[in-house]
Amino acid sequence: MIVAKNITKKFGKLKALDDVSVTFSKGECIALLGPNGCGKTTLIKSLLGMVVPDSGAIHFNNELITNKWMYRSQVGYMPQIGRYPENMTIAHVIDMMKDIRKGIDKDPDEELVKSFGLKDILQKKMRTLSGGTTQKVSAALAFMFRPDVLILDEPTAGLDPISSEKLKQKIIKEKEKGKLVLITSHILSELDDLITEVFYMQEGKLLFHKKLSALKEETGEEKLSKAIAKIMFQQEEVAV
Amino acid sequence: MKKLLKYVIVDIVQNKIVLIYTALLLVISLSVFNLENNAAKGLLSLLNIILIIVPLICIIFSTIYIYNSSEFIELLVSQPLKRRTIWLSLFSGLSLSLCLAFFIGAGIPILLYNADATGFMMIAMGLFLTVVFVSIAMLAAGLTRDKAKGIGLSILLWLYFSLIFDALVLFFLFQFQDYPLENIMVILSFLNPIDLSRIQILLQMDISALMGYTGAVFRDFFGNNTGILLSFLGLFIWIVFPLMISLKMFKRKDL
Repeated sequence: MIVAKNITKKFGKLKALDDVSVTFSKGECIALLGPNGCGKTTLIKSLLGMVVPDSGAIHFNNELITNKWMYRSQVGYMPQIGRYPENMTIAHVIDMMKDIRKGIDKDPDEELVKSFGLKDILQKKMRTLSGGTTQKVSAALAFMFRPDVLILDEPTAGLDPISSEKLKQKIIKEKEKGKLVLITSHILSELDDLITEVFYMQEGKLLFHKKLSALKEETGEEKLSKAIAKIMFQQEEVAV
Repeated sequence: MKKLLKYVIVDIVQNKIVLIYTALLLVISLSVFNLENNAAKGLLSLLNIILIIVPLICIIFSTIYIYNSSEFIELLVSQPLKRRTIWLSLFSGLSLSLCLAFFIGAGIPILLYNADATGFMMIAMGLFLTVVFVSIAMLAAGLTRDKAKGIGLSILLWLYFSLIFDALVLFFLFQFQDYPLENIMVILSFLNPIDLSRIQILLQMDISALMGYTGAVFRDFFGNNTGILLSFLGLFIWIVFPLMISLKMFKRKDL
């Protein structure tokens, strides 16, 4: 569904992405993992066309995305830190998003708006919201237009345990409908029952891209967190 | 584009700074007209205030607004929208709401007290300057990612257009005072939108005689319909040119 070939992106001297090639296919739930600053967010933003790579090509459903914009109607994106016009109320923001997509998507999915209890605070202005509530709005918007691809950048950071669980259930539900889900997170324990593939990056390079089951088999661990820890440990030993 | 424009305008119109700007202009224009018995004199005082305040507020407010909407722009870019649409909606939203503020704050008092050709020219020039400086602000905000640098740059640009440029022209005049520079002065005035507006309004006021021989040359060039059209065209280029450069930069920008 998404094919990226040899993407390189430099910010000044820093190589945020170094010749990364990847194929993400439908029905998978992929965890983008790696230490801070390894290029996960840059990769996500390249897929969304928010960052323009220096070289390489990205295809979405076999179409080159350079200077294209319509493909984004099939993508739901939840940013790491969502910030919205301060004077707008939640209702305004939701209406605006519906308005932008008018004629493209019908019948918005408001399940998360309801289950997060956003319905009761629709008239609150965005600047009065706490970080967690803003995060809920971002999540609700990402799922609202029934996209084929969901890109979630640290979705559960800042959410309380109950909302976090609700979001996880929603992600599983969407995954089962055959959608492609990309998640970055540092909380590995909560990814265990979500993901099917692991995509591990380090210093802008792709280290490995494997099925979760294969990864577990190789390392002989049951938990994702332990498996990743083992691999990182082996890496260090090789380096020494 | 229309959809987005609506939201940008609603957001800006609610902004307190725009409301204060409107009220400030209203207070200044009403008091100026009431202080002077002669409405034409009032218009002259208003001219100097407008030529300083309008560009200053427009360029700084727009720059800050664009920096403050950076996350909002980021959000929009991830939606199925063309970057061109987003940037032009921001520009139109800023221009329309600041034009509205100028029209309510200064335009209506001018129409009430001095609704002749001079008054109309002044309103037209005020609106032009508003849009020109919004356009320059978009360029300044597009040039750097750092908010402090961007605001500094826009203050510098304002200083350049309202003071430094004139000082440079004066310096140039004194250095080459033995040569006939009147025609060059006409060309030079196209390099500064504030000068262009000032000349047009002064010519309408019929006090160009006070400006000596250069004034006569200006009158000869700008005083007729072709001249007015040319200066409008000049101001129009001042709107389009910075906007197009900033649009080009925005299309390639990493968010």
